Amino acid sequence: MMTGEKKEKLVMDGSEVARAVTRIAHEILERNKGTHNLALVGIRTGGVYLAHRLVKRMFEIEQVQVPSGDLDITLYRDDLSMRKDQPILRKTTIPFDISDLKIVLVDDVFFTGRTIRAAMDGLMDLGRPAEIQLAVLVDRGHRQLPIRANYIGKNVPTSRDEIMQVFLEEEGEDDRVVILKDAKEAQEPAGGAP
Amino acid sequence: MSLKHKDLTGIASLNADEIMQILETADSFKEVTGREIKKVPALRGKTVVNLFFEPSTRTRTSFELAAKRLSADVINFSPSNSSVVKGETLLDTARNIEAMQADIIVLRHSSAGAAETLARGVKSSVINAGDGWHEHPTQALLDLFTLREKKLELKGLKVAIVGDVAHSRVARSNVYALTKLGANVRVVGPPTMMPACVERLGVKVYYDLDHGLRDVDVIMMLRLQLERQGRALFSTIREYSRLYGLTPERLKLAKPGALVMHPGPINRGVEIAPEIADGFSSVILDQVTNGVAVRMAVLYLLSGAGN
Repeated sequence: MMTGEKKEKLVMDGSEVARAVTRIAHEILERNKGTHNLALVGIRTGGVYLAHRLVKRMFEIEQVQVPSGDLDITLYRDDLSMRKDQPILRKTTIPFDISDLKIVLVDDVFFTGRTIRAAMDGLMDLGRPAEIQLAVLVDRGHRQLPIRANYIGKNVPTSRDEIMQVFLEEEGEDDRVVILKDAKEAQEPAGGAP
Repeated sequence: MSLKHKDLTGIASLNADEIMQILETADSFKEVTGREIKKVPALRGKTVVNLFFEPSTRTRTSFELAAKRLSADVINFSPSNSSVVKGETLLDTARNIEAMQADIIVLRHSSAGAAETLARGVKSSVINAGDGWHEHPTQALLDLFTLREKKLELKGLKVAIVGDVAHSRVARSNVYALTKLGANVRVVGPPTMMPACVERLGVKVYYDLDHGLRDVDVIMMLRLQLERQGRALFSTIREYSRLYGLTPERLKLAKPGALVMHPGPINRGVEIAPEIADGFSSVILDQVTNGVAVRMAVLYLLSGAGN
């Protein structure tokens, strides 16, 4: 960050992010009574890193490696026909059959719910999961669809036009969640969709 | 970064970054074509018109499949059963199709520059699926995609394009694409089938196949257009085959493990020996498979810019 640095408001620091991931890992295991038939799917890009962290945490707790995959929702976005330029397409890599599994979708910021709608449609095209659950690092409100999360790192009240950004070590940043005050200087949020 | 073009009329108008962007997008679509449900909703509500003034099975089917896998509606339009036989011009035909709210027109035409003319005349995106001897950009893109998929580094890659280079839009598009990405390209064929001043495109010319194949990583065979046989470009098919046909003995002149490509349809025993076409060095059917993914990528990238 250059000039935007002094304008970012810290919402979660590195240790808070780590604790939230640990708690969510425990909650997933508790709710699903272990790791049987469980798989994680991270939504590109931030959700993929968080899913990998959850898998690692769950391994430390249960000594079981939960399968995980990466989902790119670009082709399922509801604003494709309205955009002037098509967003960059990334790869979906889910190296197992999701049918009859309990899938936990993982994303960084939970906002309008449109990304999650797209992700659920994308998953359904890959198979018929027994159940889909949702884990997010931060929930900033302003839902536009009737979707809720099962696991939430932190609830953060925001105004509609603020920009929330999650920085993660995997992208060469210190772990933190911030609100950027000046929308003009902000980059596009990691989740991509509004 | 996004592809800032309304149309894809040729490789000549793309830069290296844009070519790479199409190839990387096609990577993602290759995953989609490997799924059990090979369909995504990206082009829902869009209409793609295949406007083919020349016979084609492979390319038209490939575009049709690509558009359908993106959930677009597809119309196939061929001149034999249309008003073209009644004397309507290309532009008028296309404007009528556009008036029916077509978003993308895929054009194959026997005249070089037909796609460019159409692109200037209509608001819809135009994709060139082959115009005369000029270009066939999606074929070159799928060839590059196949090479990358086989883990070949395009920069410095030695490629021989063999056959009727002068009359081949596949050759022209591939020369543009490969040289833009840093490959060393040589063209091999009889002087009657070599365009004048072809060296200006940055390629080396060989008239002797045995010399031309030495040390190459990739051999792209072109189809001998048998329908041109009356035009005195070569004396007999047998002579052409003896001088420019790819045989197992000749394949040994290339680097060990060299790949053999062909845009199809192949003339078995003329430009390529059957045991090579069906052999382990042939990637001819991979090219066909990858064609769908590459065309999905082009349709997807162009469907945004036209709005």
